[in-house]
Amino acid sequence: MQISEAWLRSFVNPAISTETLVEQLTMAGLEVGSVEPAAAKFSGVVVGEVISLQQHPDADRLRICQVNVGAEQPLQIVCGASNVRIGLKIPAALCGAVLPGDFKIKKSKLRGEESFGMLCSEKELGLAVDAHGLMELSADAPVGLDIREYLSLDDSIIEVDLTPNRADCLSVEGLAREVALLNKMDWTPVQIDNKSITQQQVVNVTVDAVEACPRYFGRLITGVDAKAVTPLWMQERLRRSGLRTLGPLVDVTNYVLLELGQPLHVFDAQKLSGDISVRWATADETVTLLNNETIKLTSDALVIADQKRVLALAGIMGGNDTAVNEQTQSVFLECAFFTPRAMAGKARNFGLHTDSSHRFERGVDATIQARAIERATQLIIDIAGGQVGPITEVTTQATLPQRPPILLRRVSIQKTLAITLADDAVLDIFTRLGMAVSAQTDGWQITPPGFRFDIAIEADLIEEIARIFGYNNLPSSRLLMRSELSSATEALLPIDRVKDLLVDRGYQEAVTYSFVDEDIQKAVAPEDEAIRLQNPISSELAVMRTTLWCGLLKAALYNTHRQHTRVRLFETGLRFIKKEGEVQQQKMLAGLVLGDVYCEQWGEKTRKVDFFDIKADLQAIFTLKGCEAHFLSGSQVALHPGQTAEILSSEGKKIGWIGMLHPLLEKQLGFDTQVYLFELDQDLLLNKRIPVFKSLSKYPSVKRDLALIVNENITANEIINCIKNSEEPTLQDVIIFDIYRGKGIENGSKSIALTLVMQDDAQTLTESEIDAIVNRLLNKLTNEKNAKLRD
Amino acid sequence: MSAILEEILAQALQELAAVNDLIELDKVRVHYLGKKGLFTLQMKELGNLDPEQRRSVGQIINQAKDHFQQMLETSKENLEKNALAARLAAESIDVSLPGRGQSAGRLHPVTTTLRRISKIFSSVGFTVIEGPEIEDDYHNFEALNIPAHHPARAMHDTFYFDAHTVLRTHTSPVQIRTMETEKPPLKVIAPGRVYRCDSDITHTPMFHQVEGFLVDTDVSFADLKGVVYEFLRAFFEKDIQVRFRPSYFPFTEPSAEVDIECVICNGEGCRVCSHTGWLEVMGCGMIHPEVFKAVNIDSEQYSGFAFGMGVERLAMLRYGINDLRLFFENDLKFLEQFN
Repeated sequence: MQISEAWLRSFVNPAISTETLVEQLTMAGLEVGSVEPAAAKFSGVVVGEVISLQQHPDADRLRICQVNVGAEQPLQIVCGASNVRIGLKIPAALCGAVLPGDFKIKKSKLRGEESFGMLCSEKELGLAVDAHGLMELSADAPVGLDIREYLSLDDSIIEVDLTPNRADCLSVEGLAREVALLNKMDWTPVQIDNKSITQQQVVNVTVDAVEACPRYFGRLITGVDAKAVTPLWMQERLRRSGLRTLGPLVDVTNYVLLELGQPLHVFDAQKLSGDISVRWATADETVTLLNNETIKLTSDALVIADQKRVLALAGIMGGNDTAVNEQTQSVFLECAFFTPRAMAGKARNFGLHTDSSHRFERGVDATIQARAIERATQLIIDIAGGQVGPITEVTTQATLPQRPPILLRRVSIQKTLAITLADDAVLDIFTRLGMAVSAQTDGWQITPPGFRFDIAIEADLIEEIARIFGYNNLPSSRLLMRSELSSATEALLPIDRVKDLLVDRGYQEAVTYSFVDEDIQKAVAPEDEAIRLQNPISSELAVMRTTLWCGLLKAALYNTHRQHTRVRLFETGLRFIKKEGEVQQQKMLAGLVLGDVYCEQWGEKTRKVDFFDIKADLQAIFTLKGCEAHFLSGSQVALHPGQTAEILSSEGKKIGWIGMLHPLLEKQLGFDTQVYLFELDQDLLLNKRIPVFKSLSKYPSVKRDLALIVNENITANEIINCIKNSEEPTLQDVIIFDIYRGKGIENGSKSIALTLVMQDDAQTLTESEIDAIVNRLLNKLTNEKNAKLRD
Repeated sequence: MSAILEEILAQALQELAAVNDLIELDKVRVHYLGKKGLFTLQMKELGNLDPEQRRSVGQIINQAKDHFQQMLETSKENLEKNALAARLAAESIDVSLPGRGQSAGRLHPVTTTLRRISKIFSSVGFTVIEGPEIEDDYHNFEALNIPAHHPARAMHDTFYFDAHTVLRTHTSPVQIRTMETEKPPLKVIAPGRVYRCDSDITHTPMFHQVEGFLVDTDVSFADLKGVVYEFLRAFFEKDIQVRFRPSYFPFTEPSAEVDIECVICNGEGCRVCSHTGWLEVMGCGMIHPEVFKAVNIDSEQYSGFAFGMGVERLAMLRYGINDLRLFFENDLKFLEQFN
């Protein structure tokens, strides 16, 4: 909400600067978002009166005006505005004036006629973004008075960003109350001159929805002059609150809304058909609102209706049919209390948000309606005249907000705020807050006033104490907390350790959005059921990722498009998949590598990264984990069928995948090089084996090299497993050191060269024992894998 | 000295002078001093002399031999010195050339910031707990005292999957999930991704928060203030000014916004702090009785505080990053700046 500082100060005027005032509000929880001058800088403009007009001899659109600016002699000013006329009072910029934008006014000649100044529009004074013709001042504007003084332009517009609980400050009076409280001053609420009843006509009101509308005040005012001009002071206050003038009837309701915080509505009484009712809409009813939108109502919409039709969305917006206009002669003024519960979310349901709905949703003082309707009546009569009818009131006491006293315990203040306040101090705070306080043995019974509808429980009262006492005056303790030794869970490998390892191995950590482009998602994981957002920010961020590859691929492209030819990224985070209707949120670790294995460097031949480089990185992670993993040839839609491995834990659980991005996807996504990917399930990855010591053999180990010829389809893994499964107790390790195809090896076969490492715990192995072991292994390999010893 | 011996010595010294390397030197050594060496032979011939002569001639031969040996040692030392100097010269490299092999990567600044935050809190016994990102309405709103249609919901631009399922808008649901299953005393921080349906220069639809909360008997606002002060000073490694402003969150009361003195201009007023000298860095407050009610914790017996902060915001202030969107573009030129 934004208001004029001068308006606020007309209620309470502490001797403090604007800066201090703003600081006070902010520190009291009413955060000031901005302070702007009410008008741009300008000088030398006074109230002028056009006393004579003469057509310019050489220009159809120009007139030569004699303007009284309060000096001895009138000034001759040439003017082109269409609304210039004799008797009109206007802002006149004198020679030497400086208008906004540093526009200096000098004596000049327009088509040969001398001009000693300029008559101004609102736009030229920086008071409006647009203007048609000169700014018309009221007939009683004192000629010669500086326009800044006349319009009180040396004012600030204070914008307060109120939290939803402080709707009591959504008015000038509300803020004035706070300012008075903070400065320990009295303040004067607006004095209302209750107009006497001058006619007896009424519109009958029935309230069906008493839960939603505990109080409804209505009043007929007849014989108004809707063409009357809203006084300048009101227009200016409205303008400084960001509202434009819409005729006196609407302006008055807006003004009272800003002044007292009570939304009101005026209906054109002549357009009403019979009695008014406040009721829930029935399905299929429609109403055309003031914004010209016709909406279809539902049965949870609270409406104001007459005998024939729905007139307005209660507390949100009036209808077009009964709107006031310049021809309006009598109005039905509505001033009601709609409960926050009934109003919650209603405007939003129709895509609306109005000053009125904003207040009713958060809460309005349920005791202010009588005052507000009198205030609006007074202003209408003062501006537009008319005959005042009696007030029709429908109040349902039972559904009005109940304000029972709240018990505030002395001990609660101490417990929550760690301060001990003297009883007098507590009494002072709550009295200043306008609350009724009655002392009890262990505390106080406190009844908040109608305007503090946010206060309902003890914690609310304690917050008020804290606020008034000053958060920064409250004590602060050194950290004195119970401490326990924390456990150091060794069976869990910290993901931070894994991240560090990848960073050390040249990976850059990425953070990508959890929602991704559906096209990439579908291309990379066509079989996964992705979870779709109802209201995505864009189609590129529309579905939840089922694999971290989506984001990494996009991040990689972002970089390859910026001349990076070598990318190594990893990311940790959740993937979201639907399995049997259930949403699963799995913690993953994924990586992407493309380009050269090393950065460009001297003295070393560059080569492209390959599968085994990435595999080594993963194996390093498994070393941290203390468990071996198995890499089994597998098939994954996103990956190259010949370069894909499924990774299994030592217990056979599926940890994840590693492989080359499928060449079709490589092309489709726009890569011009091979891309390697891996993705692992964190929960399975991070199980760590706690090491168990094995005694060291004192005897030497021996190595034997074997070269085996096997069929092409026998994998290295199969050979190694075959050897390891032999249960030779002395066998320590099997190391593959060469794979050979070509000359001397039959097509369809390959040679695998490996080293066997053997060591006995109790003795040095003899040559014959070693030969025996090697022969047993060879036989096993021949029987199971059809391996032959290479000659 | 016999003429022969003199000749041998002269020849030996001459050969020695001509030697170029250690191999040649050794050949010379063997030729004169080896088992069949010329000096050795001379010594052997002493046997043919009578004892009187033997001693004096022997002395003479030994003198000549010693002289040669000395010369040989000197020559050897010189040759070794030269050889070492040659090797050193040959093996000199330009140490300014860059090292080879794999270069190291870097952690994302969000991770670095989260780690620092976690470290500060875990040093006083806070444990790290994570929660789901697809969250139900109950944990994200209802249990946090934000019923349907509460105006506070308008402050959260929520991503929905259906009427009851959302992407969490804050890390506060972890408070609920933890208190549902664990009994006080509790000291928890909950870092993670959060989502708001908002995207412009200063908003990204995803960002990171750290939620922290402490529940025990006799926890007061003073404890909250103490923790927040100390955390901020530890995080910025500076005795910065901190102020608490009354604010409103449905799940805490009293609630506060915490401002620090602007770390860019040291409180003088600049563009970053909108010329106020203050920067808003976190929201906090005493856990609301309604929240305790939702998780069946007796608010008469226990009290607690909670706080929440934006990780990117803290990282931006710490490292002077001026554009939030950079965090998620993953431009290597950005990522590589954070060691």
